[in-house]
Amino acid sequence: MANVSLREVRKDYGSFEAIKGVSLDVRDREFVVFVGPSGCGKSTLLRMIAGLESITGGDLEIDGRRMNEVGPADRGLAMVFQSYALYPHMSVADNMAFSLRLAGVPAAERERKVREVAGILQLGPLLHRKPGELSGGQRQRVAIGRAIVRQPKVFLFDEPLSNLDAALRVRMRIELAKLHESLAATMIYVTHDQVEAMTMADKIVVLQGGVIEQVGSPLDLYHHPRNLFVAGFIGSPTMNLLPASVTAVGPATVTVRLATGTEVAVPVLAGPLRPGDAVTLGVRPEHLNLGADGASGVAGEVLVAERLGGATYLHVRAGGGTMLVVQVDGDTPVHVHDRVLVPVDGHRCHLFGADGLALERTGRHPLADVTRAPRPLTH
Amino acid sequence: MPSSAALGVAPTANAPARRPARRSLSTLPFLAPSVIVLLLWMIVPLAMTLHFSFIRYNLLNPALGGFAGWSNYEFLLTDPALWTALANTLLLVGWVLVITVGLGTLLAVLFDQDFPGRGIARLLVIAPFFVMPTVSALIWKNLMMHPINGVMAFVSRSLGFTPVDWFAEFPLTSVIIIVAWQWLPFALLILLTAIQSLDHEQREAARMDGAGPVSMFVFIILPHLGRAIGVVVMIETIFLLTVFAEILVTTSGGPGLATTNLAFLIYMRALLEFDVGGASAGGVIAIVLANIVAFFLVRAIARNLAT
Amino acid sequence: MQSTRSRIVHAALGWTVALVMFFPIFWMLLTGFKTEMDAIATPPTLFFAPTLENYAEVHQRADYLRFAGNSVVISFAGTALAIALAVPAAYAMAFFPTKRTRSTLLWMLSTKMLPPVGVLVPIYLLARDSGLLDTRTGLVIIYTLINLPIAVWMLYTFFKEVPHEILEAGRMDGAGPRQELVHLLLPLAVPGIASTALLLLILCWNEAFWSLNLTAANAAPLTAFIASFSSPEGLFWAKLSAASTMAIAPILVLGWFSQRQLVRGLTFGAVK
Repeated sequence: MANVSLREVRKDYGSFEAIKGVSLDVRDREFVVFVGPSGCGKSTLLRMIAGLESITGGDLEIDGRRMNEVGPADRGLAMVFQSYALYPHMSVADNMAFSLRLAGVPAAERERKVREVAGILQLGPLLHRKPGELSGGQRQRVAIGRAIVRQPKVFLFDEPLSNLDAALRVRMRIELAKLHESLAATMIYVTHDQVEAMTMADKIVVLQGGVIEQVGSPLDLYHHPRNLFVAGFIGSPTMNLLPASVTAVGPATVTVRLATGTEVAVPVLAGPLRPGDAVTLGVRPEHLNLGADGASGVAGEVLVAERLGGATYLHVRAGGGTMLVVQVDGDTPVHVHDRVLVPVDGHRCHLFGADGLALERTGRHPLADVTRAPRPLTH
Repeated sequence: MPSSAALGVAPTANAPARRPARRSLSTLPFLAPSVIVLLLWMIVPLAMTLHFSFIRYNLLNPALGGFAGWSNYEFLLTDPALWTALANTLLLVGWVLVITVGLGTLLAVLFDQDFPGRGIARLLVIAPFFVMPTVSALIWKNLMMHPINGVMAFVSRSLGFTPVDWFAEFPLTSVIIIVAWQWLPFALLILLTAIQSLDHEQREAARMDGAGPVSMFVFIILPHLGRAIGVVVMIETIFLLTVFAEILVTTSGGPGLATTNLAFLIYMRALLEFDVGGASAGGVIAIVLANIVAFFLVRAIARNLAT
Repeated sequence: MQSTRSRIVHAALGWTVALVMFFPIFWMLLTGFKTEMDAIATPPTLFFAPTLENYAEVHQRADYLRFAGNSVVISFAGTALAIALAVPAAYAMAFFPTKRTRSTLLWMLSTKMLPPVGVLVPIYLLARDSGLLDTRTGLVIIYTLINLPIAVWMLYTFFKEVPHEILEAGRMDGAGPRQELVHLLLPLAVPGIASTALLLLILCWNEAFWSLNLTAANAAPLTAFIASFSSPEGLFWAKLSAASTMAIAPILVLGWFSQRQLVRGLTFGAVK
């Protein structure tokens, strides 16, 4: 078992509060990703869990034991650093065995464990090299191996893939996900890349300015963003956010009018909203498409067409200064300066009040609450 | 690169996570030995110098004693030797700085260019820096500048000129040449390192913008060198204010007082005339002078030092 | 990108400067192998029958070896002592910084601003009264003190460059402060400590203010030995050159060998 729980945790640098009261539960064998823009406090939070930064308020518990004052080596954690932080003067094997050596593990057992882990990560032929002689991807694997050797309760990753090139990053992403499953370990992972967060996490924690904006499964965040910040941060290309005003309020729908005059009925609970209130309508580019002539929707001119091959992103300028990004199939014969019509499906839209908070949807997305089923322990 | 902490600025919101964690550990036992010995080294002799400068104290005349008031200073300040020594000190420091920084910058640009054998040529140029002062003074005095047997006299004669008796005709200039020869390599090394640290893309960008060699030097390289020049000036000043061996070995301060700087004057008063009081007053003046120079230099440069 | 012509111009200029700057040393080297007659010949001779007589003679004079021995002992002891004092101080300031760290560092540097002449008299008297005048111990103490600020600054700069993530990884792996120092920091800092020691060695070896003023027959190092040739009647140019060559050769080689690190040390890390 390895549960990590944070209770109103704070980090105060004197003149500046980096973490402003964070409460969070990380369950056993969960893959939790902290994500947010740079400076949001995600790394600080991870380092506080690691014991590398002191906790100035609140409690950190691992398996029910308060850990605020426990040294980093005694918390049962292992960390993979952004720069890998391999010991440059030690061989790969010595790097991996260092913690065991400090713990007084006999040499024979150290070697056995290092070989075992090296086998998992295909590091066998590299064991006698120095870190300086390894490629970026190999160093990355050594850093992970060094963490695995310790058999920690919780793995901590601080932006581990940010120094790799794009192709390697994708490969390591898959490798890490597999590793998570085979080790059946609890992992906490920090990244600024929402794609990494979406693809690997059981649970994403979106941070901004030292506070948690939202916690949830990737599809929960994608389909039910709690506020404008999360809506804009999760998803690529970014969600279209269009100013609108409420025209009618029903029991399970709110109808709004965009600056272009288009009316959209969105299935959300109105709450205190009244006709005439200003709101923001959010709709993801992949939830828009081009309509046939004569259909109702937003009419505009294509300014830019970004062709990725499989998909094309159209940047459309509509009336009233509205800019809209539409994702269409890569084979769609659209060209710059074409006039297009974009129907807006209210069921695919989100509404945000003037305070930036999302209005509650009347129904939850069927996949929003699905998490990876924890695999039974095999060892 | 100066960190925000080094500038005395509170940590800002954009980089809170990348700071080394502060751990509580009493650093006193680690720091104390160095701090204590340096404190003693600074305070004890300084206090003694100040004390001696106000008493009558001559090692040859033990009967002499008692409070002297300002008389040591009066004697010193009315002694034309002091003013000559002060002027010589400033001339020596000033000229050596001008020569080494000026030539050093030009040579740094030259040695930044790639040419065959550059590595070896650079080793030859920097060699004088590693020669002990007494050796370089004697080489120059005898082998180079000797009016009859020296190489420079030979060159003069070969070109049809009368050989110059350097230490008789231009004593201070001769000392300046020797000291500048010793310190030019230092300036060159520092400035060359600084030039080489200039971002290559920045230079290429300037070239794309149409900068020729001259505008490249004036607008890109020289501003980049500002800080390095500051360091050269500071370090050289520290050492040049107390040039001693070169004078002792070549001219012993003469002829007359022509090459007597403050360091040499104090040496003469203290260890040749045994006038402790007078020498100490001179010492105080040297310290004051150094502090005036240091005050401006450290102010200007300290914030650039890596912390 | 450079044209061949500009390369030729650069080479010509660079080599001219190099030869002019090095000429006095080269000439000294040459003179050391001349007879005394050749050494003062006018016009100077470039071609002569080389002799090792001067080296033999300088060597035979037992006092040369004593001066050289003094130089070695004083330089190494002064360097070792300064490093021993500076390592813990630099370690503490680099890894456990406090609000006072920066001002402490600047204060240490400022002790270098104190001109030695200002304190020549009291140091001379203190040395005389404590029996340290003209002893190696006296010079070792002085050299330790004058070089300590440079050693602390230089080591501080090197320690600062150790990536702190590596030390944090060590702490995650269970290294305490002592193990951190032994297993991680010292191995990583060895190159830095070595170049600091090299610089101090050079500074001690060439120091020519305190060595000339505080020593006489007993503890005088090579700087003082060479200075004794300045008396007008001692016009032994060839022997002077041979002795000088021996006095500067080891340090010149060391200096050439470590020029890059020396620059950084001498600028206290302000120029990379």
